[in-house]
Amino acid sequence: MAETNLHRMHRFDLTKRLVAKLQREEAVIGGIGHSNFDLWAAGHRPQNFYMLGSMGLAIPIALGVALAQPARRCFALEGDGSLLMQLGCLATVATLAPKNLTMLIMDNGSYQITGGQATPAAGGADFVAIARGCGLRSAVWATDEADFDAQIDRCLATDGPHLIGLKLDDQPPAAQTERDPPQLRDRFMRGMGVKKSKLPG
Amino acid sequence: MTKPWHEIVVEVLKANEIRLIPYVPDNVLKPLINAIHADPFFTTFSTAREEEAIGIVCGGVMAGMRGMALMQTSGFMTLPNVLASLPCSFQIPALMMVSERGTLGEFNMGQAAVWRTMRPTLDGLAMPWHVISRLDECEFITDRTIKQALMTQSPACLLLSPLLTGGKASPVRTGH
Repeated sequence: MAETNLHRMHRFDLTKRLVAKLQREEAVIGGIGHSNFDLWAAGHRPQNFYMLGSMGLAIPIALGVALAQPARRCFALEGDGSLLMQLGCLATVATLAPKNLTMLIMDNGSYQITGGQATPAAGGADFVAIARGCGLRSAVWATDEADFDAQIDRCLATDGPHLIGLKLDDQPPAAQTERDPPQLRDRFMRGMGVKKSKLPG
Repeated sequence: MTKPWHEIVVEVLKANEIRLIPYVPDNVLKPLINAIHADPFFTTFSTAREEEAIGIVCGGVMAGMRGMALMQTSGFMTLPNVLASLPCSFQIPALMMVSERGTLGEFNMGQAAVWRTMRPTLDGLAMPWHVISRLDECEFITDRTIKQALMTQSPACLLLSPLLTGGKASPVRTGH
């Protein structure tokens, strides 16, 4: 394990820190399970998309958003187990190199939502090293909360793609996202400025 | 002179503002992929898996860039979970074009086996799908399938039959 990622942090705390820094209607794609539960708990924003199912697709969805709207910064919140399902997407992101995309890897080493079983990365797979190996030069572990704040500031101020690895403890999520996919999609499309409607929401 | 199927598809995609085209390549799709790469109207690239392409198309659609994922039969059959939980559940008009392997002269037993699972899966997902088998129907079926998907907020799949494309011929002679 890298020496820079020994400090374990709280997912909800880091999610709140991220959301507090978003002042320009940045898109945030929350991956399956607790990654999007804590995004929901941090306070709904019209630019949030909460993925229910399709494990592993938070980064591809965020990439699609980033390509469609190059002027808007996009964040993907993806779990370590989810990323293991779709590691190839890191190579795709590196090849396309969208300047407006940042990926946060929520690495608690386990499938927390199914009972805390260890992931196949327990042998020491290093997601930041994997990302660098895929060609993502701006890939780092956040060493602690203050470093996380500084890394997010850097991602908001400089061209990406960026990836930040986050070592997390096993704190449970703060809430659970409402499970109404068409409503979540409708709100997100309004938040992206794609859909106009006279219906309130 | 009659246009080939891939030129018709390119024209219909452009007419419907379908710009985002991620794909996992296939020999039959090669002329379409080459034409899309050659046209700056499109944003096109290969992905590691078909699931990834569906995620990218869904993100693009929700952010205002319509898209279609290209793949072959075996690739489509890696998709049922993500189709059910993302474009079907969220009502996102993610479009797919699948070149049919496994039928009408297939030489690969694995392709023939997976082909038998595709139509039952498409029906099980309750997702609109159509087969394009004739050149004179290619424009109509492609255009109307895309328009209906967009207007009804539904994913949709177009199958390119070997009757249209010629399919992929056996690399070796059969018999002895």
